Amino acid sequence: MEQIIFYCFSALLLFSATMVITVRNPVRAALFLVLAFFTSAGIWLLLEAEFLALTLVLVYVGAVMVLFLFVVMMLDINLTSLQEGFTRYLPLGILVAALITIEMLAVLGAAHFGLDIVPLPAPQPDDYSNTRAIGLMLYTTYVYPFEIAAVILTVAIVAAITLTLRENKSRKAQVVSDQIKVRAEDRLRIVKMDAVRKETEL
Amino acid sequence: MIDLLLNTILPIVLKILLIVIPLMIAVAYLTYAERKVIGYIQLRIGPNRVGPRGWLQPIADAVKLMFKEVIFPKKSNLYLFVVAPVLAIAPALAAWAVMPFDSDLILADIDAGLLYILAITSMGVYGVIVAGWASNSRYAFLGAMRSAAQVVSYEIAMGFALVGVLIAAGSLNLGEIVLGQQGGIWHWYFVPLFPLFVIYFLSGVAETNRAPFDVAEGESEIVAGFHVEYSGMAFAIFFLAEYADMILISMLASVLFMGGWLSPFEGTVLNFAFSWVPGLVWLLLKTSFFLFLYLWFRATFPRYRYDQIMRLGWKVFIPVTLVWLVVVSTAQVMDIGPWFTEASDLTSTSQISQPIEKVNNS
Repeated sequence: MEQIIFYCFSALLLFSATMVITVRNPVRAALFLVLAFFTSAGIWLLLEAEFLALTLVLVYVGAVMVLFLFVVMMLDINLTSLQEGFTRYLPLGILVAALITIEMLAVLGAAHFGLDIVPLPAPQPDDYSNTRAIGLMLYTTYVYPFEIAAVILTVAIVAAITLTLRENKSRKAQVVSDQIKVRAEDRLRIVKMDAVRKETEL
Repeated sequence: MIDLLLNTILPIVLKILLIVIPLMIAVAYLTYAERKVIGYIQLRIGPNRVGPRGWLQPIADAVKLMFKEVIFPKKSNLYLFVVAPVLAIAPALAAWAVMPFDSDLILADIDAGLLYILAITSMGVYGVIVAGWASNSRYAFLGAMRSAAQVVSYEIAMGFALVGVLIAAGSLNLGEIVLGQQGGIWHWYFVPLFPLFVIYFLSGVAETNRAPFDVAEGESEIVAGFHVEYSGMAFAIFFLAEYADMILISMLASVLFMGGWLSPFEGTVLNFAFSWVPGLVWLLLKTSFFLFLYLWFRATFPRYRYDQIMRLGWKVFIPVTLVWLVVVSTAQVMDIGPWFTEASDLTSTSQISQPIEKVNNS
């Protein structure tokens, strides 16, 4: 039963991953990437890594890919201009692709996998909590790498903000406190006057 | 194979039906309640023609929607146009799998229930975005863009509010979170986590794109937003998803902050008099209260301006949750009662907190 589910998820994952790079429409490619993340989360669930699986869905599917789609949808990508340099860069592309394939085969080839090298993990007892196991590992054994990663991410945020924030004098910013403080008298003058003109004025 | 079908799959399917069918009826009558409540707030009667006092109005509406023609715009992306309603309703229903209705009334009692809910509800936004993009319409696209930015912003505040709950309860399991609130109304988490409680519910209103955060629909600005091109059953599915999400958020607010199925009279003299009431009734009453708040908001507040929504989410909600997380963590480590006592601790935090206690005693 578990094997059937595993093969279903794997087939779907391979299919969607292939579609990400072959489909022409960028929005559909992004949506296939979402499907790929989702199915790989399913495979992690089969490995009893429920914390990682759910975090993958939460972070990548729920946040990163939404923003990614947001950008892809806003871009007006012209397919013909994209295809212009195709033949010119083809030799270079093939070279890079071949290099990556050889590297991947060297690291992830069939020799490194199989049940004799990576045995099936023993099923955990019922009260095993993946969340607690990861928490204990992260905050004891790997606490320094974990904190260094956090610092690097913070630096990246600060850098990204400073690089994109351009002080533009013509930009109109709203000062909310001023908007709240405003009273009717600041904007509007009510004049008391008679409904009918006096006879002397006529 | 047949044995497997009968013994494992069939009971699960029956349980799913036991959740989904009442949910669909609840959605139908929530629309009726919405029209009635808003009607009375605006000094009208609301629907009163179909059946006694309008009781059959939701059924008439459902029949009408079923027989309406579904129109497929010619220049739309047809495949995604059809998939979008499915993407909207699937997470709205899947999230119910881990909802604890009573101490042992739960479909899937998984360890990381809270995380599961957060992950699944974050998928709901795809229905809106894909619908808006596939329609190939300016209004729908604007609605989708607004919704995407809004949901991603409020999800952060919502996630932090939930982190507060899980620090207090020391567990991601929804049943254990409810059990952590045992001992009467003052033990419920809405007291120590009051800012997080308010932020959670308001972010929930924003996540479900309901008034006053309903800029994704914004009928006075962009007609009907992301579902402007949908009609008939395709529209009805978006509608179902939105209302199922509303009920989900309300029930989650009751489970996480208002003691779930626990009786409010626990620990008082009245506990004995009300002990015959099943836990499900308390949970449904609490859920109804939050649903009423939804309707009350809609009848009371004008729609937020878009920049105000973003300001509220990023500059008010997220800092407040961050500050309150520090407060909750401190309270948890220092064992401040009656909420953050030893009983609610994780094994690791109790080890840390013991030396501090010794210092206090000496």
